[in-house]
Amino acid sequence: MQVLYGRHHVRVFRFGLRLVRNEQVAEDLISEVFLDVWRQAGKFEGRSAVSTWLLAITRFKALSALRRRKDVELDDEAANAIEDTSDDPEVAAQKKDTSEALRTCLTALSAEHREIVDLVYYHEKSVEEVAEIVGIPENTVKTRLFYARKKLAELLKAAGVERGWP
Amino acid sequence: MMATSNKILEREPSEIEMLLPWHAAGTLNARDSRRVDDALARDPELARQYAAIREEYAETIHLNESLGAPSARAMQKLFAAIDAEPVRRPQASLNIAARFTGFFASLSPRTLAWSASLGAVLLLLQAGLIGAVLTNKQSGSFETASLSNNESITRDLGAATLPRALVRFAPDARVADITALLDKYQASIIDGGKGGVFRLQFGNRTMTKGEVADLLGRLQSEKTVSLAVAAQ
Repeated sequence: MQVLYGRHHVRVFRFGLRLVRNEQVAEDLISEVFLDVWRQAGKFEGRSAVSTWLLAITRFKALSALRRRKDVELDDEAANAIEDTSDDPEVAAQKKDTSEALRTCLTALSAEHREIVDLVYYHEKSVEEVAEIVGIPENTVKTRLFYARKKLAELLKAAGVERGWP
Repeated sequence: MMATSNKILEREPSEIEMLLPWHAAGTLNARDSRRVDDALARDPELARQYAAIREEYAETIHLNESLGAPSARAMQKLFAAIDAEPVRRPQASLNIAARFTGFFASLSPRTLAWSASLGAVLLLLQAGLIGAVLTNKQSGSFETASLSNNESITRDLGAATLPRALVRFAPDARVADITALLDKYQASIIDGGKGGVFRLQFGNRTMTKGEVADLLGRLQSEKTVSLAVAAQ
């Protein structure tokens, strides 16, 4: 368990943190995730990578934690309304720093869009693996990421950042 | 310009366009990767979009890496909870499978694109385990019933075990390389150890100390092997 924890806990923590946006909750989350893994080790059938299995459990736990926090809803509006200590897109644009504006806008995406962007870009998960983690069809995975990118483009455009696309 | 941008955002995406993020992350299979490469070569608009995706990819990694790591409190809490769990009987065979899968999970996604080969290696592991079970069943002593003289003909098979080594494969070793190495040395994986170290058994005859040392030397010089030491 120590080896498994040592190898995966940072990525599990970061994935959870991006979903729940609270370090304390994210830390509690990883303890719960690995404890579940300890309890359910016999159920792991090896059909997917261990990291995919861990991220799927993390996502489930994160959504449960969010549901427990009654003040948080999982729609775009509420996700965008969560207080964020970093700059908003307009402020970032004033800094004329495309990279920073991009990171700010990535933070401003809805939970649904954030998770798919993170799974594909940061956790380097294939279409099939994302479908397994999120529990949606593969075609939905592709279209959801496209629309997450479209939303990102809109946020950047609103912030006055030109990237050459679209 | 603004009208063009809006038009791009409003239309339905093409199949190739939707695959671009996975191409940037290097997680497409070879066939789709070639399709995307071909499309990028002939479509400047797609290439512009791909450049934007590369930026998103880099900044998403930057953003996630900046999130830091959990404190030691999380680990303490976890292991305290595990200690408080009722004692369970370990399932050795599942643990081995999980460790083996864990090793491959730690390889890069590009390496994991060899998923078809992975199936072959898992079959090989299964064969190795069956071999190990058969070897264990045959351990101990036996006597023939026909010969009688003063000299004992009892042979202790337990003492004459086949040579074994603990091996850690290089992090960038591909599944195909590992399979080739196992074939080359007539080796079977008989156990998955901690930290990605595997117990391998070699050939079908016992070896002298010198032969074992020579075998370990050759193994250690293989580029797919980062560690090879003698094992029981």
